[in-house]
Amino acid sequence: MHATRVTAGALPPFQWLLDEHAGAVLRFLVSQVGTAEADDCFQETMLAALRAYPRLEHGANLRGWLLTIARRKAVDSFRTAARRPASLDGATGDIAAAEPAAPDTELWESVERLPAKQRLSVGLRFAEDRPYDEIARTLSISQDAARRNVHEGIKKLRRQMR
Amino acid sequence: MTTIDAAAVRRVTERVRERALAEGLLDIGYATMDTPIGRLLVASTRLGLVRIGFEDEGEEPLVELSARVSPRILESPARVDEARRQLERYFSRGLRRFDLPLDWRLVGAFGRRVLRRVARVPYGNVESYGDVAVDVGHPRAARAVGNAVGANPMPIVVPCHRVVRAGGALGGYGGGLPRKRFLLELEGALPTNPEAARSG
Repeated sequence: MHATRVTAGALPPFQWLLDEHAGAVLRFLVSQVGTAEADDCFQETMLAALRAYPRLEHGANLRGWLLTIARRKAVDSFRTAARRPASLDGATGDIAAAEPAAPDTELWESVERLPAKQRLSVGLRFAEDRPYDEIARTLSISQDAARRNVHEGIKKLRRQMR
Repeated sequence: MTTIDAAAVRRVTERVRERALAEGLLDIGYATMDTPIGRLLVASTRLGLVRIGFEDEGEEPLVELSARVSPRILESPARVDEARRQLERYFSRGLRRFDLPLDWRLVGAFGRRVLRRVARVPYGNVESYGDVAVDVGHPRAARAVGNAVGANPMPIVVPCHRVVRAGGALGGYGGGLPRKRFLLELEGALPTNPEAARSG
């Protein structure tokens, strides 16, 4: 019997998603909500994914699927935080752990203050190094809109950093 | 490219594992264990043991479980703890009869009848495919019985290694003949080597 790899379309055991994508999802969440909130968001993301997983129709772009869920959880987390503004300070946390942001804590704190779509787009583009077409799919927007969000986000960051 | 602290990733995934188990989201938990016949994969559903895989099967058992049972599969030593403990005792000759809930869902109706019969062959004994065929009411179906035995998804615990050819030859084994021989020797059903045979 020869070793079998998953054929295209079949769903791999969920463990393999964790093995392959946990780091990317955690990095993305740290870039979006800060270290302090990222752990909880990660739990919510993975448990939601696990709950929905058997109903997923095919196993193409599972990383994109996980990041889509992570994005939703990040937005939820911001909404919750917005309802209790006092906790926002604590939520920024130590995002120096987010690669490749390492020395740019201040920059990533600014990213966190961007409007949601820009923040998510900038996070996916630079913290996750995702191409525009994937950002577009993950955020359910057009590629043009994804480029625009990144562009506008960067412009705003430049202004803030001056 | 550096990564986010690997320990941080381990910590958060560990919590996912615990919560998935606690919240009933884990359809299949598995773990591996090292044994004298190589690394074994042990997988259980909520109902019980569902699959034991030999090292050379690689990832195939998990892929099969994902397709046939559920893809909600996580490594979960807690889920298979009791099975692993009993297997360890079996390999150190401290256990002669497994007492584990079994989940037969990977086995068809005929296969279940055959394997339930096989499960009653006592430790240290062997029976022929023909004997089993007679017992399940299909005396001329030794070949079909052989196929059902060969497709046993829970080897060792369901002791298909105790089924041999009528003439005394070992017959086949899903995990390969050396493993079958090892298990029968472990149980004392075969002399371990010529010296042991002489002294015994």
